[in-house]
Amino acid sequence: MTLTNYLVLAAVLFTIGAIGVLVRRNAIVVFMCIELMLNSVNLTLVTFARATGTIDGQIIAFFVMVVAAAEVVVGLAIIMSIYRTRRSASVDDANLLKY
Amino acid sequence: MTVLAAAAGGAQIGTGETVAFWLLAPVALAGALGMVFSRNAVHSALFLVNSMLALGVFYVIQQAPFLGAVQIIVYTGAIMILFLFVLMLVGRDSADSVVETLRGQRLAAIVLGVGFAGLVGAGIARATEGLVVTGLEGVQGTDGNVPAIARSLFTDYLLAFEVTSALLITAAVGAMVLAHIEREPGSRQTQRELSRARFLTERPQTLPGPGVYARANSIAAPGRLPDGGIAESSFATGVEPQDVDEMPRPGLSETGPRGRAIEDSDASLGSTSGTGQQRGETPR
Repeated sequence: MTLTNYLVLAAVLFTIGAIGVLVRRNAIVVFMCIELMLNSVNLTLVTFARATGTIDGQIIAFFVMVVAAAEVVVGLAIIMSIYRTRRSASVDDANLLKY
Repeated sequence: MTVLAAAAGGAQIGTGETVAFWLLAPVALAGALGMVFSRNAVHSALFLVNSMLALGVFYVIQQAPFLGAVQIIVYTGAIMILFLFVLMLVGRDSADSVVETLRGQRLAAIVLGVGFAGLVGAGIARATEGLVVTGLEGVQGTDGNVPAIARSLFTDYLLAFEVTSALLITAAVGAMVLAHIEREPGSRQTQRELSRARFLTERPQTLPGPGVYARANSIAAPGRLPDGGIAESSFATGVEPQDVDEMPRPGLSETGPRGRAIEDSDASLGSTSGTGQQRGETPR
């Protein structure tokens, strides 16, 4: 086993998250898929930090986590307010800007 | 610990780490796939927690114990709980529609995904074939992981760290602004208006609770009318309809094997057997 295993696993997890974003309709589940993609990128960063022997990768992964936390708070608040006005959490129903 | 010791060996990846990887990688993958393909959003959230815990262990194995702890505390502890809160607020029953808005989108997404994974995976596998594991002993020294991160965070990345605090406060204020419901001053109804409005409706009294005259202590059991019928308005919302074992009514229980004891307990409560039994109604 080499570090390549971690990198390939991260790539596969990222892909699964991307497929989820494309396939799912529930806005909250789409959001969870984005979280999975962020997590897989973090795994890549940590792996490369170990491979190159520098701590910077871990610092960047830490910042990704902070930004993800902020993003989740705001995103879920947006989903809440969309739900309040449209009574639906489906991404297909929020289409007022379509035409 | 053996895993950590094996990982700390330097350029060599130990057996412990290999075993841990091959045990946890399927767990992480299964969690991710389960999240995408489960129809219930709560199940999706729990699958994602599973996946994130496996990733947290990977961080710890890969000489990042601080990130592993943060992953478990912040991601699975805080963010996923936030997700579950919003799921419960929005309504668990807001399940995904199976209707495809764009025809063939699902198939196209899966083909695209498999192709992407193949290309990126193969590219990474080729590019990092002889990747040397330098290890973090050079930067960490004997201090360990947390002092090394702190040293870097408060020197090289100090500006980014400070900007992060601005980001966090902005996010908190933004969430409050978005979630806040604006009310016109004076539009709030007084107690007097509320009670007048209530008594003008057809049902001024409260709805019967599920426990009224019920013969089971489950919230899923509906309340009973005095004649033994089911009070339709007492069905609990948000509970899936299900069969609940209820105590038989005293008159009917005489044929049952446990009739005696139940009858006794009913006698002490004061029996409510009445018209329903005379009409031959059989309670659920």
